[in-house]
Amino acid sequence: MRAEQVNNVMTQKTDHPFTRSLKDFYSKLRKNKSALVGGYLIIILVLIALIGPYLTSQTPEAVDYGVKLQGPSAEHWFGTDHHGRDIFTRVIHGLGITMGIGISATILGGIVGIFLGLISGYYGGKLDAIIMRMMDILLAFPGILLALALISILGANLRNVIFAVAIFAIPTFARIVRGSTLATKKLEYIDAMKALGASDTRIIFKHILPNILSPIIVQASLFIATAVLSASGLSFLGMGAQPPSPELGALLSDGRDFMWDAGHIALFPGLVIMLIVLAFNIFGDGLRDALDPKMKK
Amino acid sequence: MSEDIILDIKDLQTSFYLDDFEVKAVDGVSFKLPKGKTIGIVGESGSGKSITALSILRLLDHPGKVKGGEINFKGRDLTTLTDKEIRQIRGNEISMIFQEPMTSLNPVYTIGQQIRETLKVHQGLDKENGTKKAIELLKLVGIPSPDKRVKQYPHELSGGMRQRVMIAMALACNPDLLIADEPTTALDVTIQAQILDLINDLQDRLGMSVIMITHDLGVVAETCDYVAVMYGGKVVEYQDVKSLFRNPKHPYTVGLLKSIPRHDTDVDELEPIRGSVPSPKDMPKGCRFAPRCPFATELCMEELPSLDHVEGESEVRCWIYTDHWDGDAEVKAHGPKRVAQSN
Repeated sequence: MRAEQVNNVMTQKTDHPFTRSLKDFYSKLRKNKSALVGGYLIIILVLIALIGPYLTSQTPEAVDYGVKLQGPSAEHWFGTDHHGRDIFTRVIHGLGITMGIGISATILGGIVGIFLGLISGYYGGKLDAIIMRMMDILLAFPGILLALALISILGANLRNVIFAVAIFAIPTFARIVRGSTLATKKLEYIDAMKALGASDTRIIFKHILPNILSPIIVQASLFIATAVLSASGLSFLGMGAQPPSPELGALLSDGRDFMWDAGHIALFPGLVIMLIVLAFNIFGDGLRDALDPKMKK
Repeated sequence: MSEDIILDIKDLQTSFYLDDFEVKAVDGVSFKLPKGKTIGIVGESGSGKSITALSILRLLDHPGKVKGGEINFKGRDLTTLTDKEIRQIRGNEISMIFQEPMTSLNPVYTIGQQIRETLKVHQGLDKENGTKKAIELLKLVGIPSPDKRVKQYPHELSGGMRQRVMIAMALACNPDLLIADEPTTALDVTIQAQILDLINDLQDRLGMSVIMITHDLGVVAETCDYVAVMYGGKVVEYQDVKSLFRNPKHPYTVGLLKSIPRHDTDVDELEPIRGSVPSPKDMPKGCRFAPRCPFATELCMEELPSLDHVEGESEVRCWIYTDHWDGDAEVKAHGPKRVAQSN
């Protein structure tokens, strides 16, 4: 350590702990270019999804048969579809819907999965065996088939898509959380907390959970990509968002019949889906590297 | 005398139940601890000393279980309390500090948050008062600029500082009993001395009793009033600290003392105790130490001696001090220490 570094350490101002850990996190993330690109891409996509709908002059459902199936132009940036609707407007609106489904399904499934993983890992024994076998059963179904089955029972609408995707988020989260919980509960500071009289609930949620957040955040980021793909896949199959909703998968489905004559109808929503998935995937990968102490340098 | 006894352990038995056999980690341990005094529990790895401590606070993980005996603490038998009742005692009336200060603090919380945690659990202190008390406690354990330290994370502190923080957390609720499980093993020698001084000093000031678990007889000499030497899950010798060092009775204790360097005698080579601790799977039938004992006779191999009073308060579990023993007459007359020295 050079003298000035030592000096820095000695005289360093003590920020609020939270600010400090955020700064620390950002400086780690900054070193990982792909994570940073993914992160910015996510921020841009979210901003477009939130603000975009207020900036477009057209409404996504406005039909104008005079301009149907037109290619990209100054007036219709992404062209128009077979009903003459502006695809750019529809994609902007659809972005919010698709990302919203992906994120809320991940949060919903994540919360349940985290809870199950925590109690399963912490208490072990029979409870663990029962919960994990249930997770195995869920994992034995291909995710999209499970979702299709659930939606055919519950009915095709956006709420059920979220629910179906959340269901197959549960086992992936539960497994990761259980593993981390098993490793963390053996650590001395957990014993120390027990010796100081903390209850199980307190230990699980206040002392184990914050320590296993990194794998959870990484998993969440990666799962959002999967959830977006599944959600738009379901809509593409007609099991999710119903017309005239501009959900991206549904837009893709609209373009299916005109692939050879007007490829732009499917092209742009497809590109945006790809962009979302790519953004969350590279962000998740970079995050994993940034948060994993073993991967430093 | 009896009302001054704060902890009275009677025939404590703790076992680990594995698939096909039972490991008797603690097998009939009894001792008393007067208020304000320190008892040292000494023994090699695997002698059951840490398990004894964990049994007192009922912190054993599955498949460990307290099988029998009583742990009377201030008139209550800890083995019969409900989980909730024992939780109220942990950290409040009995506290524990651990061997590894480097990993005994939660890395995601600041020092202040962690000390506050104990105060919140037991005294319901809010953030402001908790922080005030945390700063006081850090000052008490001799941490410089405590108002800055409360905002720091564990990784910003050295091992010795972290052990001080652990002690501060343990003392947060003014416990009557502090269990220190090898508190200095992971620290370097100068820091060890500081931590032991601190524990001694705090004990005097706060009037608490201490159970000091260690394999280091130096630590015992420095801190303890009484010593229980454990071997193979049993107490083999119980004496006050002065008698133990002056006149160790059990051949195992004699061996332990001979294996540490002394500054008053000139020896070229320290003498280790030959062999190793017996595996819990096949404990010797007779005295647990017999296979390694230089004085062992057939009787020692066949039958387990009981823990008996010899002189005054001293107790020893050894056949040499009984009439049944038929080994070396010189050992019987002068005790194992004298004989071992002259060899």
